[in-house]
Amino acid sequence: MDKHSWAWFHRFASPPYLYRVAGSLAPWFAWTAALLIGIGLYGGLWSSPPDYQQGDGFRIIYIHVPSAYLSMLCYSLLALASAVGLVWRLKLAHAVAAAAAPLGASFTLLALVTGSLWGKPMWGTFWVWDARLTSELILLFLYLGFIALSRAYEDSRSGDRASAVLALVGVVNLPIIHYSVVWWSSLHQGSTRFFGEDAQIAPSMLIPLLLMILGFTFLFGACLLKRVQVEVLTRERNAAWAMEVLR
Amino acid sequence: MSSEFEARGIGLWRGDRCLCRELSFDLGSGTILQLAGPNGVGKTSLIRTLAGIGRLDEGKVLWNGEDARRSAAYLSELIYIGHHNGLKAHLTPEENYAFYRTIAHRPTEVSAEQALMRCGIAGFKDRPVALLSMGQKRRAALARLLAARARLWLLDEPLASLDNDGVELVAGLLKTHVSAGGMAILVTHQPIAIAGVKLRQLELGQTA
Amino acid sequence: MSAPFGALLGRDIRLAYRRRGELAMPAIFFVLVTALFPLGLSPQPELLRSVGPGVVWVAALLAGLIGQQTLFKGDFDDGSLEQLTLCPMPLELVALARVASHWLTTGLPIVLLSPLMGLLMDYPGEAMGTLALSLFLGTAILSLLGAVGAALTVGLRQSGMLMPVLVLPLAVPVLIFGAQAAAQAARAEDPAGALYLLGAMMVLGISLAPFAIAAAVRVSLES
Repeated sequence: MDKHSWAWFHRFASPPYLYRVAGSLAPWFAWTAALLIGIGLYGGLWSSPPDYQQGDGFRIIYIHVPSAYLSMLCYSLLALASAVGLVWRLKLAHAVAAAAAPLGASFTLLALVTGSLWGKPMWGTFWVWDARLTSELILLFLYLGFIALSRAYEDSRSGDRASAVLALVGVVNLPIIHYSVVWWSSLHQGSTRFFGEDAQIAPSMLIPLLLMILGFTFLFGACLLKRVQVEVLTRERNAAWAMEVLR
Repeated sequence: MSSEFEARGIGLWRGDRCLCRELSFDLGSGTILQLAGPNGVGKTSLIRTLAGIGRLDEGKVLWNGEDARRSAAYLSELIYIGHHNGLKAHLTPEENYAFYRTIAHRPTEVSAEQALMRCGIAGFKDRPVALLSMGQKRRAALARLLAARARLWLLDEPLASLDNDGVELVAGLLKTHVSAGGMAILVTHQPIAIAGVKLRQLELGQTA
Repeated sequence: MSAPFGALLGRDIRLAYRRRGELAMPAIFFVLVTALFPLGLSPQPELLRSVGPGVVWVAALLAGLIGQQTLFKGDFDDGSLEQLTLCPMPLELVALARVASHWLTTGLPIVLLSPLMGLLMDYPGEAMGTLALSLFLGTAILSLLGAVGAALTVGLRQSGMLMPVLVLPLAVPVLIFGAQAAAQAARAEDPAGALYLLGAMMVLGISLAPFAIAAAVRVSLES
């Protein structure tokens, strides 16, 4: 392994570099997100017809599905960043994890709220112990545990490493939790397949949904980049370059 | 002379505070290094890090030129007596000693009876540690120095709560250790005189 | 390698014996929580029979976790834990020995008491073996999970309720499969599936949890 192949790694490991890159990427993510979400919302709320069973109530899936998807994507990212931070002792990876956790918790909460709002017309009650809702609820607790643990430590470097261990334990457990909840749930609505011959969702609904998922992903990216900037600045507040930025 | 123990470019951060940076020193056979400096300067953090317990933020600790972090070769040559005694309050000094001798890398032949006798608490060997005085507890902890063969002793405030007699005991233990080619790093405020051994001093808080 | 493991196990069991008054607390807590449910719900046998397996399981879960908050506390406070990181045995094995001794002294009494709690909840006598077996497997997994939480929070001055909050979400699958097995046995159905899953989780826990516990102990000691 020669030195050059690690050059990019060391550059990313430099806080001012990461701060600048994140700052210049964030607007691109934000504008892409605005565009995609704009088109997706138009397609989802105006141009597609109401569902023949669920009426207009189904339209909440344009928020619910992307949020639920991001809540899981974000936990994977959290675990990945934690692993990188633990194995390579890379402080900035912990900063990314710390930036991602509240975002993931927010998307999880959004998925829970929209899910239960959707449940009211569907099941006649705001909360049923549906497998996916229950999994999201447990995921929310995992996020809250991560955030609480990292803040409980007085020494932030130890807090980072402790919560990283928790994130890795969580990511090993997550499939088991999900599977066990599915197994347990009897009120479970069979999962909808979006593609293939027996597609259960019309293309006029599917395309806006995919646009929303993509748009939300970019929105998440934009928020994450901004939050990473804030995290890096906070952690490096005593460094000369950070004081320069803050002046 | 090549040094078995070497600290190279040590940097320690606790919370927002930098305790030391670019701290380097080495230690060879038959030497004692005293870490000095005012309270809160990071002596305990440093000695815990040298023992491989505290977090090393920058730099390296080397044992015979190899990275000492979690190295069995280093741990088998190390006895660390920390700020806490490491004694179970509900066990007797004898039981505590026997336990540490069983889990030692290279246990000695010294029995609990002999070790506690040497440390002057033979009369309390079957009383729970919880009932001993602070100084007696410290002596029971120091007895562990006799339980294992190790070239490097890391002692954090070994003289804490000891009487004059206890200070002499530590000096005697160190003298035997050093004359057999061992080495030690001490954190202590009290002056300690060891006949025929020169104490090297490292003042913390000036380099940082 | 086996001598230090045995020595540590022996030390812990001897310590537990010297403090046997405290040792009974998780078991007493377990009995108390179980007894609260008939008082809070209603003593009708049909109701107790339907909620019984879940109640006994939730009570065991809480009793086990609360007993475990201090798993590493004593060793951390008196400096033994840092000594144990220096001994020739890998820290993963130290963790396993701690979990084993703790389970023997607190988890096992809960398992042994569970048939008695089954009686209180009008649980059918012929299914009692399954209830105890599910708790036997379950408390072992919970001990491993709880040890991760205990190791992560041992260095915190004000950990309070943090450890159960960290561990309870992770314990959901154990509760689900364990309570399901006990409920199936009570309905004279075959509980083998749920028990196998519990067994698989125990194997997974024994092989992975020690690494997480050891990493958490190192983090707790490092500052």
